[in-house]
Amino acid sequence: MFAEILIDIARGIPTTILVTVTAFLIGFFVGIPLAVALRSPSAFLRLPIRGLVNIVRAVPILMWLFLLYFGVAIGAFHFNPFSAAVIVLGITTASYFAEVYRTAFDSIDHGQFEASRSLGLGRFHELVYVTFPQVLLVALPAMSTFSLTLLKDSSIPSIIGVLDISHQTTAAARSTGASLLAYSTSALYYLVLSVAVGFAARALTRSLEKKVR
Amino acid sequence: MDLWIESLPDLFGGLIVSLQLFTVSTIVGLSVGFLLAICAMSGSAIVRAVTLVVVEIGRGIPVLVMLQLVYFGLPSAGIRLDSMPAAWVALATTTACYSSEIIRGGLESVGSDQKEASRALGLGPATTFWHIIVPQGLVVSLAPLAGFSLQMFQATSLAFALSVPELLSRAYDIGSLTFRYLEILSLAGILYAAVGLPMLMGVSYLEKRMNGTRLSRGQNKN
Repeated sequence: MFAEILIDIARGIPTTILVTVTAFLIGFFVGIPLAVALRSPSAFLRLPIRGLVNIVRAVPILMWLFLLYFGVAIGAFHFNPFSAAVIVLGITTASYFAEVYRTAFDSIDHGQFEASRSLGLGRFHELVYVTFPQVLLVALPAMSTFSLTLLKDSSIPSIIGVLDISHQTTAAARSTGASLLAYSTSALYYLVLSVAVGFAARALTRSLEKKVR
Repeated sequence: MDLWIESLPDLFGGLIVSLQLFTVSTIVGLSVGFLLAICAMSGSAIVRAVTLVVVEIGRGIPVLVMLQLVYFGLPSAGIRLDSMPAAWVALATTTACYSSEIIRGGLESVGSDQKEASRALGLGPATTFWHIIVPQGLVVSLAPLAGFSLQMFQATSLAFALSVPELLSRAYDIGSLTFRYLEILSLAGILYAAVGLPMLMGVSYLEKRMNGTRLSRGQNKN
């Protein structure tokens, strides 16, 4: 029976990874314009984004999931569990990364902005080629820590029916009756994945450090 | 709007349950976390190793899995808990494991010059620990602990999976009866924000204050 449970729950691993990675990528990219807006001198741009980021961070993820999954119907259109999960976790990640990028931006030497201006780089190129790689280097430790949180938070959408590790665990616990074994196995899988994410984050940090320095 | 007025007392009752879950699990969790932090700094290598393994396992398990493990899993080992105590145990365990690392970080940040100074003043090890190390270490831990508490307040919503009648469960129940999910969930969201936003502001206030003092001094030292 142990082998059966082990295999049943393992079927959720690809979904858990897919949800985590997709949400991370959404957060990675959407966080950039949000961070730029949070540093904007214009209050019209800064304050609404500041409010949005704070509200996203103050309200539980499951609450946002329910709102999107049960609450939003545009005509006959409904979000399916997977897209609701990816959108909510992506926006949560983006709000967090926006704060991380913002503080990292503040740590960059002013000379970098002036140098890229004097080289005739436009604002966009300055961001992409000069400042953002440096921001990333400062932000990476916080981002790696958050990616572990994100991996664990990716279990929350199992409640609305995303077929991840957590969902397969509940199913296996019900069908076999060996619930302690099932939930312990699930805990084990999350631990192994956490270790893997930790390794990946360290490898990524090292390779980026080589490039930038 | 009528639905909001009608269901506000019910949701408010749910918010009280959420806050109760949060308070109980935070008080128990922080106390155990403090003990774990002391064990993790113990002179005995075995105590240290066992504590670190327990803490790392506790931190690696998602809160939802922890809740389900305690409520659905433990009965097959003969331990049967009602949903509310099960939620207390699960949330307190997660809080203990996370906070122990935060508290340990704070205690270890107190410089060894403090220990030497108190030894020079003739203070015993216990007095040094409780009156010199702990007060300064906890101040350093305050901002990260507050940030973590906000996460744990939000994690009370996961007790939905155990049918604890907290805020989100009640909103969901009303939604499934009336099919007006958007309205009722928005009201629940406002209630969550009413607690979460002041907490978030408190956290950023603490972070700002800490950055101006101890933390930056510590960074300069290294």
